[in-house]
Amino acid sequence: MNFETILFYFFAASAVFSALRVITARNPLHSVMFLVLAFVSSSGIWMLLEAEFLAIALVLVYVGAVMVLFLFVVMMLDINIEKLRKDFLQWLPAGALLATLIVVQMVWVLGDKAASTGMTAVKHAADYSNTKELGRLIYTDYVYPFELAAVLLLVAMVAAIALTFRRRRDSKRQDISWQVNVKRNDRVRIISMPATKKNEVSGADEAHAAD
Amino acid sequence: MIELLQTVHQMGEGLLGAAWLPVWTAVKIFAIVLPIMGGVAYYTLAERKILGFMQVRPGPNRVGYWGLLQPVADGIKLLTKEFIIPSGANKFLFLAAPVMALTPALAAWAVVPLFEGGTLANVNAGLLFLLAMTSLGVYGIIIAGWASNSKYAFLGALRSAAQIVSYELAMGFALVCVLLAAQSMNMGEIVQGQQSEYGLFGWYWIPLFPMLVVYFIAGVAETNRAPFDLAEDESAIVAGFHTEYSGMGFALFFLAEYANMILIAALTVVFFLGGYLNPFHGWGALGEFTDQVPGLFWMLAKMSIFLFLFLWLRATFPRYRYDQLMRLGWKVLIPLTLIWVVVVAAWMQTSLWLW
Repeated sequence: MNFETILFYFFAASAVFSALRVITARNPLHSVMFLVLAFVSSSGIWMLLEAEFLAIALVLVYVGAVMVLFLFVVMMLDINIEKLRKDFLQWLPAGALLATLIVVQMVWVLGDKAASTGMTAVKHAADYSNTKELGRLIYTDYVYPFELAAVLLLVAMVAAIALTFRRRRDSKRQDISWQVNVKRNDRVRIISMPATKKNEVSGADEAHAAD
Repeated sequence: MIELLQTVHQMGEGLLGAAWLPVWTAVKIFAIVLPIMGGVAYYTLAERKILGFMQVRPGPNRVGYWGLLQPVADGIKLLTKEFIIPSGANKFLFLAAPVMALTPALAAWAVVPLFEGGTLANVNAGLLFLLAMTSLGVYGIIIAGWASNSKYAFLGALRSAAQIVSYELAMGFALVCVLLAAQSMNMGEIVQGQQSEYGLFGWYWIPLFPMLVVYFIAGVAETNRAPFDLAEDESAIVAGFHTEYSGMGFALFFLAEYANMILIAALTVVFFLGGYLNPFHGWGALGEFTDQVPGLFWMLAKMSIFLFLFLWLRATFPRYRYDQLMRLGWKVLIPLTLIWVVVVAAWMQTSLWLW
């Protein structure tokens, strides 16, 4: 057993353990943190497969951005854990069935000797850039599927905003460029007043000046 | 410098065999982390001194000559103070949060080239690794805010999370321009791509000047420094996400903040100001004379410009209002970076691209 195998089992065990804890943890925030751990572990496995671009992109996109928003939402929601716990056993058979189905499919596809290409993975040299290769493929051979996927995501984003955005008529808003461009003459008015002598000042002002 | 390191490396390999690699890596890690920690300690002193001078007062000058032992005194004070865990706090996460804030700030240094060939890990996707590491720092802040079981800490954490996620986009797009110009994500190659016979005019700060500005502004926002320190807005939410922390937990958050500032300064230098390159390279006799100076000196000298800029900004600008902060991030910086990505990509196709 070489060092790489040990690393693989370490990352795999950590991924499976944290995935289990995501659904069994009592506190929803702990679940989210375990999901982060699951992402980081699978990123480690990808790194072992020399897919460094995908591995780091997983950490950057999912851990760095998506899970932060998840955490954000989970913190602010008032989640009744007891109510969620109650239905856990009721839905367990359905979930287990689905999971078994997925496992069977995976074993069928990945475990079949006839379906595999019979090639063993070849290690690349240290200066081989996975990122460059991936970029070249995406923007040449697979440019149409890639652009299509991008447009699909854009449409989904625009649709989500259009469906949920409500413009409130009565809300007060600030025009910041107007605020920034304000000039002194818009706010301050300088009045020329004739100077007065002390005995012309009224009694109230005199009392004020005394203290 | 490289030759010396290689001699040490070969000697060690002969002495310890296979066990040498972990030992050598650990030595390199200490050689990077310990100076950063020292730098953080004295950066706090520099901050107080410079802020003092800018406000026409002497700054700390009681502990040691010219206040030079002040960071040591502060360290001892923070170490010996009681660490209080508030009742109702989530104990494990409350303790883990400062560590989660500090770790990514230090881990990012693994790919920063300090002198020629002077990186801990010469990763191909170094730039991507950096983006990933800097985006992880936000967890420490959110978890600290939530685990403290305090309204002020939680509000600070929410502000900070939204701020960091927003400015990360601008930062990422600014780096896309760098990666276009350098045609590499390897940090060493990015620095080498700026090497030319024109010294400092060969660096990316000229074609990518708007990106330099955007990157540094986003860096100030990412590190929660004034004028974007909404996460620890004393006048509104006490001390923000670290309201409930005392003693060493509080100190760790400060170490993380200052380590991040030093990191941002180093990265700005690497991406836009030629890293360890000599600014006078190829300038006749001056260039030949200054080429003798080690690259680490140039790196540190250029970093200190940006470190000073951090302090200067803090002394000069009042704090942003939260909606203005979001407007600056989303409506000014991100469109600007998007435009510049297109400009640089088109520019590079023409013969006018000289870098």
